[in-house]
Amino acid sequence: MSDINFRLNGREVSYSGSAADRLLDVLRNTYLCTSVKCGCKEGECGACSVLIDGVLFNSCCVAMGAIEGAEVVTMEGFRETRRFEVLDRAFGELSAVQCGFCIPGMVLAAEALLSQNPQPTEEEIREGLSGNLCRCTGYNAIVNAVGLAAKEGKGLW
Amino acid sequence: MEKISQSVVKKDHAPKVSGRSIYVADYPSEGVLCGKLLHSKVARAKILGVEVPKLPEGYFYVDARDVPGDNNVNIVLDDTPVFSRDTVEYIGEPIAMICGPDENEVARLRDECRVNYEEMEPVLDFRSAEEKFFDYHFGHGDVDKAFAEADKTYEEEFETGYQEQAYLETQGMMAEPEEGGRMFVHGSAQCAYYIHGAVMRALGCGPTGVHIKQDVTGGGFGGKEAFPSILGCQVAVAARKCGKPVRCVFDRREDMEYTSKRHPSLCRYKAAVRDGKVTALDIDVKFNAGAYSTLSAVVLQRGIIASPGIYNIPNVRVHGSAVKTNTSPCGAYRGFGGPQTFFAVEMLMSHIARDLGKEPLEFKKAHLVKQGDQTSTCGKYHFPVPIPEMIDEVVKESDFENKRREYAKAQTGRYRRGIGMSMYFHGAGFTGAGERDLIKAVAKLRKYEDGRVEILASNGDIGQGVRTTFPKIVANELNLPLEKVFYEHPDTARVPDSGPTVASRSLMIVGELLRRAAIKLREQWKDGEEQEVEEHYKEPDFVIPFYIDKFEGDAYPTYSWAVNAIELEVDTYTGVSKVLGAYGSFDVGTPVDYNVVMGQMEGGFLQGIGYASIEKMDYDSKGRIRNNSLSDYLIPTTKDVPKLKCMLHVEKYPDGPYGAKGAGELPLVGAPAAYLEAMEQALGGIELNHAPFTAEDTLRAVMKEVG
Repeated sequence: MSDINFRLNGREVSYSGSAADRLLDVLRNTYLCTSVKCGCKEGECGACSVLIDGVLFNSCCVAMGAIEGAEVVTMEGFRETRRFEVLDRAFGELSAVQCGFCIPGMVLAAEALLSQNPQPTEEEIREGLSGNLCRCTGYNAIVNAVGLAAKEGKGLW
Repeated sequence: MEKISQSVVKKDHAPKVSGRSIYVADYPSEGVLCGKLLHSKVARAKILGVEVPKLPEGYFYVDARDVPGDNNVNIVLDDTPVFSRDTVEYIGEPIAMICGPDENEVARLRDECRVNYEEMEPVLDFRSAEEKFFDYHFGHGDVDKAFAEADKTYEEEFETGYQEQAYLETQGMMAEPEEGGRMFVHGSAQCAYYIHGAVMRALGCGPTGVHIKQDVTGGGFGGKEAFPSILGCQVAVAARKCGKPVRCVFDRREDMEYTSKRHPSLCRYKAAVRDGKVTALDIDVKFNAGAYSTLSAVVLQRGIIASPGIYNIPNVRVHGSAVKTNTSPCGAYRGFGGPQTFFAVEMLMSHIARDLGKEPLEFKKAHLVKQGDQTSTCGKYHFPVPIPEMIDEVVKESDFENKRREYAKAQTGRYRRGIGMSMYFHGAGFTGAGERDLIKAVAKLRKYEDGRVEILASNGDIGQGVRTTFPKIVANELNLPLEKVFYEHPDTARVPDSGPTVASRSLMIVGELLRRAAIKLREQWKDGEEQEVEEHYKEPDFVIPFYIDKFEGDAYPTYSWAVNAIELEVDTYTGVSKVLGAYGSFDVGTPVDYNVVMGQMEGGFLQGIGYASIEKMDYDSKGRIRNNSLSDYLIPTTKDVPKLKCMLHVEKYPDGPYGAKGAGELPLVGAPAAYLEAMEQALGGIELNHAPFTAEDTLRAVMKEVG
């Protein structure tokens, strides 16, 4: 069986394991992308969110066979971007990070939303982040941070 | 806003937001064995034996026989075994652990283990359970006389269900044998020193034979108070046997089914009313403790002390019990017994008011405690009770009175609305003499030659922000920039025991010790020298000594206060309710960082709304928890309560740092009563008495109305 080729955070990689392996496990164990968190392994919590060709996915529900030729972005890659800097500042200013476990997924969900809709309303932000659970914050600070980032980062998305 | 309240970027923000923080599951796997627990599949049985498949080289089976010390986990009592003794008492009880290098192989071997059980009839229904772990009585006044002289008496039963902490990071611990035989245990936890004591006992070693470090922890909410002591013992015993590091991280279903949750409760209240006032309460509180006692004693104590609410009732009799059933042991969860009894007493007061033809809010106001009044345990409310002002704030923000009047009119359409209110306290710090007699907190500051100052304490940041708020206090007293003061995750080899990260105590108790230590250091400061200062807890002079055998004295030195209002709209076709607005005024004293405290209030309030409405968990006829995933047990998302409005009301506490009081637990406690009172109004003024009140419950109530 041939390797699965895809781009991970801008780098060409080849995966030689099974096409049935879980993207979440492979990202964490093979590529050591530990920013991708395992919260439930059944697509409910969003802690393992990654971007596949710019679209938000729960990596626990993606088989490796499905990503041949795709571009996968995790926080390890996204944290090097200017868009991240803006989200980082906004989340920091509003103290939107508590335990932090949901945050890498949440930030990627924000990126997925803002790249589709650079100036979302509060309701649209709530919709865009609704697949990512957070048990700490009550969400207000996170929603406000994404709104602030959209404002501060005008033109970046 | 005071300077100390002004928000800063949290100290742990950068590593967390960028995904660089290392949680226990994130350490590299090379050389680390994966451990998986063999859980009991039956609720009550004798274990006749376990058939273990042939283990490949490098794989191990670990059970009670491998515990070098005592096979009892040191919690409050010591009935919880590290691994099962000769019986199992609930579905999920850990019988053994399989360890080995490959996770899938470990899972396969674990699943191939055959446990031979001699099954016994389990006790599942806590209403009829007879074995009591704890049984308490207290009271004051003459309850029988008050009932004899009453104009009217009431009797009602209230019920609450399980609540699962649902921290985003599941339980996980790792043990690493060190050179010289010392065991290093680290992981996701709230209380490093609790684990330290437990692992010492399980390994049969002295205090220097083990050290515990809290890793970055993905939420706790009480769920990582005692449970990590059990898991910590298990991985330590396994690592000792295997001679290698062992890590055990729970999967979500395992975590939801088998780890501690909020106690289901049944509260029977009898009330005597004379001349329009409640003159006596006769209260019976029963908590389902589950199979082992874990923290039930202290959860029950806090619950029953709060059971008369924030009302001045001259005659009170309280009986509380925590009973054994063959179900998962219940334990600590934010609020710690308070949410159950405050739900009951708030609903009761509301129902009595309505029966007397009064508005619940006015009726409650006429009974409120005030400064100088006696508490339920014959202690004293030493400080002002700001509830009347807080009610005004919430009434104004929510437009409560207009809405309450409007929604009281007959509603016949598909969508119907209601608004409700609750008021309550949370006693700050440990119950009773716990801080003085049991915890005896010690905190230290170490100044390095380069002028940086390190905080040495054992309180773990679990998201609530102590890695930021502790340094803010110390930097403020030393007039240092915040960058110069730092606080790492605690390691018991390096830090003194400043107590556990529980009971809304860290900032109020340990924060004040650090403030005093910083003043001491400031006075002795010598440039260029390494210096260390230490502070010990002292009970404030005003406290009336508490006696747990009589439940008498000040159960808490002070209280945090709250008023909540919830407005909702019921869809009578689907049963689904929408929270139109949730309003809370919270008095936690001076916020040591406004954003941090607001984050606690908003997060806790939303957890409370979940508890009131959608977070339903139950077991089946065999005693198995059915709602064991985030598909079957729903927690609020971004979309559930878009209008969540929290306000801070500051009543300073002179013995807390800058006037700060306990904060973490308060915001969860009152949501069920406010939610249910709103639901009652939306459903046409019926009386409800159990939480959560789900869409299914709503439909049942609507169907009853239709007939």
